[in-house]
Amino acid sequence: MFLNVCKHFTKMTENKSGLIKSDPMIPESVKVKKIFWETEDVFTIELVYDGEEKRNFNFKPGQFNMLYAFGVGESAISISSDSTKKGSLLHTIHKVGYVTSELSKLKKGDIIGLRGPFGSSWPLEDAKGKDICIIVGGIGLAPLRPAIYHILKHRKQYGKFTLLYGARTPRDILYPVELESWKKKYDIQLEITVDRSDSTWRGHVGVVTTLLNYVDCNPDNTRAMVCGPEIMMKYAVDELIKHGVAEKEIYVSLERNMKCALGFCGHCQYGPSFVCKDGPVFSFSKVTDIFEIKEL
Amino acid sequence: MEDLSGILRNHPFMKDLDENYLKQITGCASNVVYQEDEVLFKEGDKAEKFYLIRSGKVALEINGRDKGNLRILTIGPGQILGWSWIVSPYKWHFEAHALEEVRAIALDGECLRNKCEDDPKLGYEMLKRFAHILEQRLQSTRMQLLDVFKRV
Repeated sequence: MFLNVCKHFTKMTENKSGLIKSDPMIPESVKVKKIFWETEDVFTIELVYDGEEKRNFNFKPGQFNMLYAFGVGESAISISSDSTKKGSLLHTIHKVGYVTSELSKLKKGDIIGLRGPFGSSWPLEDAKGKDICIIVGGIGLAPLRPAIYHILKHRKQYGKFTLLYGARTPRDILYPVELESWKKKYDIQLEITVDRSDSTWRGHVGVVTTLLNYVDCNPDNTRAMVCGPEIMMKYAVDELIKHGVAEKEIYVSLERNMKCALGFCGHCQYGPSFVCKDGPVFSFSKVTDIFEIKEL
Repeated sequence: MEDLSGILRNHPFMKDLDENYLKQITGCASNVVYQEDEVLFKEGDKAEKFYLIRSGKVALEINGRDKGNLRILTIGPGQILGWSWIVSPYKWHFEAHALEEVRAIALDGECLRNKCEDDPKLGYEMLKRFAHILEQRLQSTRMQLLDVFKRV
């Protein structure tokens, strides 16, 4: 019976994403190609398939993998690389707990387990022709980076593109070189702010939502994507709505304690949904009623 | 070239303001330009003006004494700099300096206060608009206090 349920579920998962090919509960071996620190407590791991370095990873922007530090545990980590670049995979990770601390100690050539990709993705296809407003805070830039790559690659298919990014201090800004190059190379309004700084910083200071005051987009034709700490997302969504963006056009990426990543275990239950299976990317209109319930 | 009342009319702070009020306010306005790093006002100085920023960016800093200057906010195009002109004892709580060339409309605080005293409807309109800004600044400050990106 249980086997049948598993088979059925695997099939469902295949149908949904079209990407999972093997038993989603069994991790595959992947090798660390490179590991580098982005900031004092955020690092990026580049992974390749162990023994099959030319094998491709397939995922959609916004999806996540379960990374398994053998003997320690698994952690759900969003994929932060370009989904069209094959052969390797990037995960940008905030060193906050036991598993991520162990992952931060990995070296080139080390092997870890990987399950995935899992979850829903950023709604990029039906956003064509619309203005795009991305609001991210802290590590929240990482899960949206694949979506940003997609939009920049298909720039003409979208209207005005705005990226608003808030970090704690100038030292905590992720991918600073890449951000600079996006600004130079592409038609993008990119505004960065920090919560605090000394006098050496010449950019914006203040919470990320204040940057919306500088945005010139058509709220009637804007798709917004928001990722960051939940309280930041709450304020960002409130501000977007105040600026006239419709709830159904706002998407948020939620984070919960994900274990199985398949909707079996219930650890990441969020009202009637499971963040691992139905999320992590949700239309705000689907979670409006429960977004402000702090117990959830 | 756009005249002062035209510039004021197009600033977001003055959106949908009655033409008659706009005319009154224009009488208290002047065009100002500050060069990069120029100080607009210092903490403790008399708050005689407020500014409607047209272009450029202004940094607000608080003197943390032994902690040095802490930058708490930047204010850019379309925003308002300064509300101390409306609250007694009319003194600045922060230092403001231009991060780049700043173009703004300066409003004389005493001139506008007198007009508001003479015409309470204008005074109420101004207070409503400033209350909105104060609410936004208060919310932003609360968010900063939460320190949501703090390292753990």
